[in-house]
Amino acid sequence: MLYLIAALALSVLMQSGLSARVPLLGVLWPTYLHLLVVGWLTQLIFGVAFWMFPKHPSAPPRGSDRLGWTCFVLLNLGLAIRVVAEPLQALGRPSVALLVASAVAQLIAAWAFVANTWPRVRER
Amino acid sequence: MPRLSVWLVRSALCYLGIGALAGAVLLVNRGVFLGERVGSLRPIHVEFLLVGWTLQLALGVAFWILPRFRAGSERGREGFAWLSYVLLNAGVLAVALGQAFGLPPAVLLLGHIAEALAAAVFALHAWPRLKAFGTGH
Repeated sequence: MLYLIAALALSVLMQSGLSARVPLLGVLWPTYLHLLVVGWLTQLIFGVAFWMFPKHPSAPPRGSDRLGWTCFVLLNLGLAIRVVAEPLQALGRPSVALLVASAVAQLIAAWAFVANTWPRVRER
Repeated sequence: MPRLSVWLVRSALCYLGIGALAGAVLLVNRGVFLGERVGSLRPIHVEFLLVGWTLQLALGVAFWILPRFRAGSERGREGFAWLSYVLLNAGVLAVALGQAFGLPPAVLLLGHIAEALAAAVFALHAWPRLKAFGTGH
């Protein structure tokens, strides 16, 4: 929900005409898009899937808790780093290490979700 | 979870894994130039994550969880939903790979047509299942 509010607030700022005076606002389109699609939509899907997909007949019912938390932490960490690094890079301040860290964190988060969810998707 | 939902959701998970990988490479490429061909990963990233992952997951969960019928086949016209699965995946692959590899425009057009038809035939499947509690058969 926080990402949804942040993304929509950002969209207001980007459309407000301030971008002529604040160069930062002119490079935030990818940030806005990823706040909305990764921070809100994807994370909402991950949360609901973790809650309501079929549970394992044997413990632990929702797969690995550790993998679930890893996914949550890395997704949010990766996105937070991206929010800082991508505009910096676009404004000509190289942020290679941050971009790589963000990419790796988000990729591991997605794969952790796939690994934890795959065994729960089964025929009944 | 019914068999078709398993196929839809597992296919969606595959697209998530590949689409996220494409996105990670694109993000790194913003800081470190990895090659001229890296830009062609963008349509794969976008199409795989928006349609292959998000939309397909929604269809899989909808097929599983929408109200069922008390009489006859409990999920109604399942053939339409299976056809939707085939069309959607053919469409995603045609659109994503067509753009990424610069295939003829006809491939993209066919891909988009397949995706639109997938939505239409899934609607034909799901429409009768959309009913208020205690109504219908």
